[in-house]
Amino acid sequence: MEKHTIHLTVNGTAYTREVEPRLLLSDFLRHELGLTGTHVGCEHGVCGACTVIFDGTAVRSCLLLAVQTNGHTLQTVEGLGTPDNLHPLQAAFHEAHALQCGFCTPGFLMTLIPFLEQHPHPTEAEIRQAISGNLCRCTGYQHIVDAVTIAATHSTNDTSV
Amino acid sequence: MVPAKGTQMKPAPFAYLAPQSLAEALTIMDQHGDDARLLAGGQSLIPVMNFRLAQPALLVDLNGVAELAQCAADESGGLGIGAMVRHSQLEHSQTIARLAPLLHETMPYIAHPQIRNRGTIGGSLAHADPAAELPVVTVALQARFRLQRAGGERWVAAQDFYQELFTTAVQPQEILTEVAIPPLPPRTGWAFLEVARRHGDYAQAGVAALISLDEAGVCQQARLVYLNVGEIPMRAPKAAALLLGEVPSPSLLAAAAHTAAQSEIDPTSDVQGTAVYKRHLAHVLGQRALQQAIARAQAALTA
Repeated sequence: MEKHTIHLTVNGTAYTREVEPRLLLSDFLRHELGLTGTHVGCEHGVCGACTVIFDGTAVRSCLLLAVQTNGHTLQTVEGLGTPDNLHPLQAAFHEAHALQCGFCTPGFLMTLIPFLEQHPHPTEAEIRQAISGNLCRCTGYQHIVDAVTIAATHSTNDTSV
Repeated sequence: MVPAKGTQMKPAPFAYLAPQSLAEALTIMDQHGDDARLLAGGQSLIPVMNFRLAQPALLVDLNGVAELAQCAADESGGLGIGAMVRHSQLEHSQTIARLAPLLHETMPYIAHPQIRNRGTIGGSLAHADPAAELPVVTVALQARFRLQRAGGERWVAAQDFYQELFTTAVQPQEILTEVAIPPLPPRTGWAFLEVARRHGDYAQAGVAALISLDEAGVCQQARLVYLNVGEIPMRAPKAAALLLGEVPSPSLLAAAAHTAAQSEIDPTSDVQGTAVYKRHLAHVLGQRALQQAIARAQAALTA
């Protein structure tokens, strides 16, 4: 099949690549760009592990084609903090023990970043709705909710989280 | 073709076109409609392509067609919603909340936030999943769908749009471009209820109800439409007829819900639940939805 040239920005870096139309965004990020922080779980839109931020909103990267990101801006978990300088939400996950095996964590983080921008002081019910599309098979949901509460508390008046 | 090292391809190969205008999209469908699938939000189509249950030769991506992403109200309070308007737009629109409260209240039931950020009204309607919320709600609202093709268009009533399981009135050369929702009559109450194993999962059963009263509180219009208890959105006209011309009483609502659940739906057993259980849900949800809709209509009556 004919390849398509795409230009996109991921975590502030501009990329130009040739892609087959059938290449999923999740596989493109992992295999073409080497950004393996985006995890691939179910590959049909159920688990949320592959969630990335597409033009500011959380989307499932296994349900987008790489070719559809032409001209768009993405953020992946690699665009948050570093091990020495965690993003406040990552620090809150650490503080609240909000991850066990960690496989689902990038998807939770990328779901919650735009959520906290729109809901800087969420209720517990709002937090649970926000993460309803992410599965944690260690079932550590309570600690994830706790982490979001901590992050929201720490970020008073800081909407960038 | 050998994929690059480490790169796996889930969908089967296809050609890809991304028209930037509706005219361009219609021309493409005129020439290639028989072999093409339209890509809207992709939240149902891409999964079935990942499973290779769908293997279109050509994918026509409508995400660049800005003119389909508009939503506008007319002077009479009717709504025109472009096919590419995303669920999250409808969910957060004050115009939708004011003019189509049934639609607005249904949005949070649709899948999860990430899906709603991407999924579109046109895509959901054209996909015609019997367990989906929007087909049921648009039938209840007596919406009309605009089907355009190169050099022509037609409008189809929502209730005529759904023909069989996953089968609609859309012809291969046509594009569903707009959903027109008529204004609600005064003193109209609404309700949408569903039961799913987890919030956001496919519902086991659900129902939309609309009730309009006259100034004396007599029912002038009643609609009940069920999801996932048949191949298409299941209307209950016999149940609705019981309410017409009456001042709704609890016993009448119970009778209407019973009639609908016993004689106007056709549930089958599947992974979401047995037919018996779905019929039970339809009965209970139907009664609750009617109660809620009538309470809202009566509140408008006394307001």
